[in-house]
Amino acid sequence: MIKITKEIVEEHGINSEEYDFILKSLNREPTITELGIFSAMWSEHCSYKSSKYWLSQLPTKNEFVIQGPGENAGVIDIGDGYAAVFKMESHNHPSFIEPYQGAATGVGGILRDVFTMGARPVALLNSIRFGEVSHEKTKHLLTGVVSGIGGYGNCMGIPTVGGEVEFNSSYNDNILVNAMCVGIAKKDKIFYSKASGIGNSVVYVGSKTGRDGIHGATMASAEFDENSEEKRPTVQVGDPFSEKLLLEACMELMKMDVIVAIQDMGAAGLTSSAVEMAGKGNLGIELDLDKVPCREEKMSAYEIMLSESQERMLMILEPDKENVAKEIFEKWELDFSVIGKLTDTNRLIINHQKETKADIILDILEKGAPSYKRPYEINIFDDEGIKEDTLINDNPISILKKMIASPNLCSRKWVWEQYDHMVMTDTVLLPGGDSAIIRVHGTNKGLSVTSDSTPRYCASDPYEGGKQAVAEAWRNLISVGSLPIAITDCMNFGNPEKKDIMGQFAGVIKGMIEACNTLNFPVVSGNVSLYNETNGKGINPTPVIGGVGVVENLDIFSDQNLKRKNDFILIIGKTTGHLTQSIYANELLNYKKGLPPKVNLEEELKNGLAIKELINKRLIDTSHDISDGGLLIALTEMSMKNIIGFELKIEKDNLNSYLFGEDQARYAIAVEENKIEDVRLLLNEKNVFFEEIGQACKDKIIINNNNISILELKEIYENWFNNYLSKA
Amino acid sequence: MKASIIVFPGSNCDRDIAVSIKKLTTLEPIMVWHKETSIPDSDLIVIPGGFTFGDYLRCGSIAANSPIMKDVIKKATDGAPTLGICNGFQILTESGLLPGTLIKNDCLSFLCKTVSIRVENNQTNFSKKYKQNEIINIPIAHNEGNFFANENTLEKIKDSNQIVFKYCNQNGEVNNETNPNGSIENIAGITNEQGNVLGMMPHPERATCEITKLSDGENLFKSISEFLL
Repeated sequence: MIKITKEIVEEHGINSEEYDFILKSLNREPTITELGIFSAMWSEHCSYKSSKYWLSQLPTKNEFVIQGPGENAGVIDIGDGYAAVFKMESHNHPSFIEPYQGAATGVGGILRDVFTMGARPVALLNSIRFGEVSHEKTKHLLTGVVSGIGGYGNCMGIPTVGGEVEFNSSYNDNILVNAMCVGIAKKDKIFYSKASGIGNSVVYVGSKTGRDGIHGATMASAEFDENSEEKRPTVQVGDPFSEKLLLEACMELMKMDVIVAIQDMGAAGLTSSAVEMAGKGNLGIELDLDKVPCREEKMSAYEIMLSESQERMLMILEPDKENVAKEIFEKWELDFSVIGKLTDTNRLIINHQKETKADIILDILEKGAPSYKRPYEINIFDDEGIKEDTLINDNPISILKKMIASPNLCSRKWVWEQYDHMVMTDTVLLPGGDSAIIRVHGTNKGLSVTSDSTPRYCASDPYEGGKQAVAEAWRNLISVGSLPIAITDCMNFGNPEKKDIMGQFAGVIKGMIEACNTLNFPVVSGNVSLYNETNGKGINPTPVIGGVGVVENLDIFSDQNLKRKNDFILIIGKTTGHLTQSIYANELLNYKKGLPPKVNLEEELKNGLAIKELINKRLIDTSHDISDGGLLIALTEMSMKNIIGFELKIEKDNLNSYLFGEDQARYAIAVEENKIEDVRLLLNEKNVFFEEIGQACKDKIIINNNNISILELKEIYENWFNNYLSKA
Repeated sequence: MKASIIVFPGSNCDRDIAVSIKKLTTLEPIMVWHKETSIPDSDLIVIPGGFTFGDYLRCGSIAANSPIMKDVIKKATDGAPTLGICNGFQILTESGLLPGTLIKNDCLSFLCKTVSIRVENNQTNFSKKYKQNEIINIPIAHNEGNFFANENTLEKIKDSNQIVFKYCNQNGEVNNETNPNGSIENIAGITNEQGNVLGMMPHPERATCEITKLSDGENLFKSISEFLL
């Protein structure tokens, strides 16, 4: 027996208060296996102990929501008997230590969360954030993460259709890798994780258990320091081939109506899946670890319970139906083992080598889990707006050239061409736009998907930043003509034990609540990643919002590409020229002070619904959300694909603020000459503010008296990544 | 009239090709699991794309040794029309049904994009609906699509007019600039000497749908339907 010392308790990330509670509840000293189980279940990653209080305030319902937070993934009704199942999750810490495997297993984990609910995954997205481009590790991390994401999704045969990439010094020693998966299921064939049926079998399927990833959840809940790389053995190794087999085997079995409950073994492995499934069913669970298929010899109960080996699932089956399942898993050459049963004791009992290694009342693990309302202080930056006289007097074309070839605005093609974004042949709108559109296979209906966040706004003003993240995701879905339905969120923050970090979290959540309510855009699933700090310095608060919408009829949608010369260019929404916290101010002028643009949610709703109506009435087929970089960047992005330019005639006192400011609730649209009257009429009727600023033209961008060829811009826009990576 | 689609563990374009075959040919697609030892009576054998056995050894090499492949090799050698796409092309070279080999892309990374290819030989039963030298747009998605053959093999391939597709640009120019993966002489697809086995890296099944704005792959399936059967 291992003696539990103070040091061992500390190493498990359990504080003295929490340990006292364990002692009192068990009425004895825990075994090492029990301590490991408490440590995993009560880690920030599994217990949400710092965030629960705030998360529970988020709106989680609208008329489409079938399943909100609390399951493996969220479920929404998309009509015609189908449901979309989706979630986003972080894999930040592992990806910093081992970028390829960290990112790959992040994708693997989120895929399992979706197909465990009976949905076939149809789209992957990701939000990845790295340190500044001059940082010594950035190239290595960028190439590793991108090939890891591609390596897993490509092999699985699931298209990666969208995402975002950002470089910022706040991620220098703590990159973010957030992966999202969307799946489609029959609405009446959703599988849940709540166990039921005393005496039913607990069945382990998938890959074997090894010593990889032991204590991953605990690691993901600690800050980094210089020695973090020594933690490499806790990073799991992905095997997408096994996952593909697991997916097909599960899909085959799910047709048979034999599964009572199912959950993937993700963070905290067998421990969390067993505890959560039995806990949700108010039952007990008894496991015989001698039956767990192991990859390595002499694994202890502690190691088996805490391993985060990938590509594994836990299922509850009725004993007389085991053979049906066994046959399928044997066909796919995957392990299948009955490792225990459900009981009525409300206890978790772990037996191994003829000894009981753990015996814990489940309520203590689940309902007894700590929940903190940590002290917080919502701080915002001082209101020091950028001064007119600090602006560059350059003509807008030369600013445009610098911006379009900068790391945060250049084309992401280098990234998404490494992802198979066309497999399954349902990708209607490819990566590179506001949202991707995936056809619901065999129908004429589509799903729009996007992921977005603007962390520099959140750092400056968490509340406005939280609103903006939700609003931008909504806008991305609107601008392709879809109806936004719901979101998943991935909340990446620093150390919640610090007041100001907790304040960032609280402020962002408050902003999100307001935006979700106004836009009828609830949260149905999500994930929290805290302690994203290195040596005491936190990342920019980064709430990544993954949005899903529905395109009722795939004959009617919009994309961002200009299609015809002479189309009228309209800007929907008011432009005041808010430059503070814009990319122009932050990155070109290096002015990082001041407050971000305010988000007027009523205006968002009004403008967005008007855009959707214009698209749905076939009055426009070209629209783009105006966000990072402002109006001119948006228009330039619209001109790249078909090499169709535009001529703007704008008389403004401060032209550059107008062109590069980042006011919210705006869209750029192009309108055919014969439809312009109808468009004006509709916008006026809806009382939507708009400006007509020019017309599309052939291959040039012309602003008043300056011009540039699109091919010249395209060259620098599309080659930034190659140039950056080819430099030693 | 049936098309047998061979499914290996890790195949992932099996459904996509079945959809295209159903839509554009008179054949009924049937899935054949790799552990079978004989292919049911069929008019076309298809080896779809994917990552068979995870591509953990050389791409296609483990699949080439699956039980079903004995019968595939026998039937293809006897003249059965056989089509291998992407990983399927790799399996066909690994099993010796097609000459040459496919190595890692010269950009050293996975590449997914729509490319132009030029029809070099419209006399095969897979390409008759295309015009000679027609330029078509078809997506590629691979890590190991860099076709290589030694000098003698390449000569033989050329002498017997086995090259069906070459990578080019929208104007049909075939050169290093228009070569996405480093393939020797920009080769994107070849047949065997008899012309009944076609292997190609681009995915025609991903270009058979109006809604994705790609439809240049349709004529390959229509050729099969009209001329092969």
